Amino acid sequence: MASITKPKVAHPSLPRNELGLTRRDYEGGMSTLCAGCGHDSITAAITEAVWGLSLRPETLVKLSGIGCSSKTTAYFVSGAHGFNGVHGRMPSIATGANAANHTLTYLGVSGDGDSLSIGLGQLAHAIRRNVNMLYVIENNGVYGLTKGQFSASADVGTTSKKGDSNQQTPVDPALLALSLGAGFVARGFSGDKHQLVPLIQAGLRHPGFALIDVLSPCVTFNDHEGSTKSYAYTREHYHAAVEADYVPRAEAIAVDYPAGESLLVPLHDGSQVRLRKLEPAFDTRNRANAYAYIDAKLHEGEYVTGLIHAQDAPEHELHAVNRTAATPLNRMPYERLNPGAATLAKLMARYR
Amino acid sequence: MEPTDTRHPDYYHRVVDCQWACPAHTDVPEYIRLIAQGSFGDAYLSNRASNVFPGILGRVCDRPCEPACRRGRVEEQPVAICRLKRVASDHREDITDRLPVAAPLRNGKRIACIGAGPASLTVANDLLPLGYEVTIFEQWGLSGGLMRSNIPAFRLPADVLDEEIGYILAMGADLRLNTPITSLKALLQDGGYDAVFVGSGAPKAKDLRVAGRDDSDRIHSGIDWLQSVAFGHRKSIGERVLIIGVGNTAMDCCRSSLRLGAKHVRVMARKGRDFFKASEWELEDAESEGVEIVVNHAPRAFVIEDRRLTGMRFDVLEYDLEAGQIVAERKIDSVVIPCDDVILAIGQENAFPWIERDLGIEFDKWQVPKINPVTFQSSRPEVFFGGDSALGPKNIIWAVEHGHQAAISIHSHCCGKPVAERPAHGVTLASRKMGIHEWSYKNDYNPAERRLVPHVALAERFKQIKIEVELGFDATQTALEVQRCLNCDIQTVFAAPLCIECDACIDICPVDCLTMTANGTEAEITAQMKAPRRDPDRPLYVSAALKQTGRVMVKDEDLCVHCGLCAERCPTAAWDMQKSTVHIPHASSDETPCAQQATRQSA
Repeated sequence: MASITKPKVAHPSLPRNELGLTRRDYEGGMSTLCAGCGHDSITAAITEAVWGLSLRPETLVKLSGIGCSSKTTAYFVSGAHGFNGVHGRMPSIATGANAANHTLTYLGVSGDGDSLSIGLGQLAHAIRRNVNMLYVIENNGVYGLTKGQFSASADVGTTSKKGDSNQQTPVDPALLALSLGAGFVARGFSGDKHQLVPLIQAGLRHPGFALIDVLSPCVTFNDHEGSTKSYAYTREHYHAAVEADYVPRAEAIAVDYPAGESLLVPLHDGSQVRLRKLEPAFDTRNRANAYAYIDAKLHEGEYVTGLIHAQDAPEHELHAVNRTAATPLNRMPYERLNPGAATLAKLMARYR
Repeated sequence: MEPTDTRHPDYYHRVVDCQWACPAHTDVPEYIRLIAQGSFGDAYLSNRASNVFPGILGRVCDRPCEPACRRGRVEEQPVAICRLKRVASDHREDITDRLPVAAPLRNGKRIACIGAGPASLTVANDLLPLGYEVTIFEQWGLSGGLMRSNIPAFRLPADVLDEEIGYILAMGADLRLNTPITSLKALLQDGGYDAVFVGSGAPKAKDLRVAGRDDSDRIHSGIDWLQSVAFGHRKSIGERVLIIGVGNTAMDCCRSSLRLGAKHVRVMARKGRDFFKASEWELEDAESEGVEIVVNHAPRAFVIEDRRLTGMRFDVLEYDLEAGQIVAERKIDSVVIPCDDVILAIGQENAFPWIERDLGIEFDKWQVPKINPVTFQSSRPEVFFGGDSALGPKNIIWAVEHGHQAAISIHSHCCGKPVAERPAHGVTLASRKMGIHEWSYKNDYNPAERRLVPHVALAERFKQIKIEVELGFDATQTALEVQRCLNCDIQTVFAAPLCIECDACIDICPVDCLTMTANGTEAEITAQMKAPRRDPDRPLYVSAALKQTGRVMVKDEDLCVHCGLCAERCPTAAWDMQKSTVHIPHASSDETPCAQQATRQSA
């Protein structure tokens, strides 16, 4: 919450993207979250990432459910479309919106409560249907909006602010997404934009469902000693398995990286995001290997961050599987959308 | 890089660009805030503490603060600091009972000041409260020096001068008008003074020695002509007037000519507009009154026919420029411009025919005394210089600062303390935090543009030379202009041990002046800045190593608008908004107690 509004004034030499816009043009309203909330840093990372992709604001769709995390879609890209849904139901709305118009870029922002408790079934089916979207989970291990009860992602042994210890096993969003067959799974940390921004850019570009689990400390209810999702704990235990680099256009043309070593994600202006692995034992292309690796690390108390899994050849997404029309529904003439009474009667006759 | 030492008083002082740029270090943001609160008297006194003449300077200061103003970097135009100073002066309540007073006990020391201009008056202002007896010798019949004789009344009314000079004289300065000092030797030998301060200005006009110079009485020296106008000796001028030179004296000459009856006034400049010495606003005012400014004309000869001045011959020049510098000039034509009067305003210098050369005061090859630029002491220990007579022509605010420094030196000299030992500057910081999301200052960024000061209508202003042209801001303009000040003295103060590196401050900063990065050389850190560093001369703030990662917090002070969002969004109060107050020492008995026995002031 801030009592001061952000001045419209900006640094005069801010870099401009392909559309001639600066980062500031991709901002949204003032955040009303607690000062120091990890979610606000993720908001800044999304702003930076969308700016870097030179996305037209009106081609982005922001979707969210309920919770601190779900408020954040109001805080970036105010020129984008937005839908704040019912608790845990954002994946359905995203699926419907994407089914109606596949030409837009879909970005869902949710939290560990919205996604792993009330909305777990919804999330699972959005992954199963391979909806072309980036799904960001702002994961802080507590229900911040209701004063800090343990959420489904709280680790065994982590303590609440009052000192209670959690004994229930957590749902890990990355393992969940891998087991359900998501084509792009990554993990980041709100305090490391250097890593997070390219991951968001790559996720937005991935043709299919992409999930990024972002560790995002709750500065009010989960940033104390004994918490396993505090700033200090996360910094000590996050483990970058993959490094993400932004490769400028000139360099992207000049250098050919060996396949397997890195994943290249082309950006709009000819530049690339290059995701380079740091761990020899870890293969981002092999889902079983990735699952085993991060699961083992979780048992050691380490969060593996960076790109966890990306399919070499992404599987068919929602529209391909359902063989939908290429024209979005809003551009289809009424006559095509509505086949008419005669066709309906013919159809009905088949069931008589 | 090493962590920045913010305890050095200059660090936060430099952030307050206007105060840093002001020779007398006027606390600009503080007085603008006081104006915003309607405390005009407090704003006036805050000014007076450093610049002594707020009413005068609020009209005619050279305003080194305004080009320095941060607002001019984030927007096009700086805050109208000078105009606001005038608001404080014009609307102040009676503050006479809050002015400094002479010490009830005299300290037995006698000081002579030569010239009753701003430098001498400042010396008197600083020393009278310490118990000194100060005598000011003035060769003319009016006080104020060049402030009165060279600045026309339509820019600086006499009553403003009288009032502010009066405050100093009321402390008991002994002003002796019409008393020129013709021999410094006599004054030193027979005067019985413990120290002498020379604040006699730069009263000698530079001359233009070309053909015909001595053949007409219609060729005037600018500063002498202005003085004769100011003193009421000269009340008219011809219809067609040429002014040679394009500095601020030229601007005063051309505008005064219009008020004495001239119809066609041309200011003749040797070079192009980029090389003019006059302040931009004075050029604007002159041109708005119909003065024509003619560029690239070099004066060659006065045209005298029948012992009467009829015109002036000029070479028309053409220049080759490279990177703004003249690399070659060519004469392309020669023209005669008819005129009735010519006023020479091509500069002035100091002259000391009344200082004997055997007094132990060393002069350089230009016959200018050698002065220590910090202490203003000459090579004769009890003789001090200040204002234009010390380091050549500058402006009033510099003369005031010279006076302050000379007063410190004179006090040390009279108390037997080494003059080179200067009292220390200091800075105090006090948090503006009142509670969560509560601050005892407000800094909503107001995107309003600089207000324009209203002027007397053109038809009205030439009726009398005493009609002040600028009217000063009205209430609405003042209310908007004060909001343009960015409160640079409300500093962003960082406490590295409290930082949890959440990035909140970096994410929210509207001008991207914060960065967290691995420590390195200045070049390495600069390369990592979130927004490009524009001014490499402006120092970076670098914190101590942060707890969690050992990185450092870096702040580029260049464009910070002091909105306070970094502190507002900091969960651990590692950033705080703290009001800095820079302490600029003046001559003081607390700093330098005088061992001399005090004597009761005689009636």
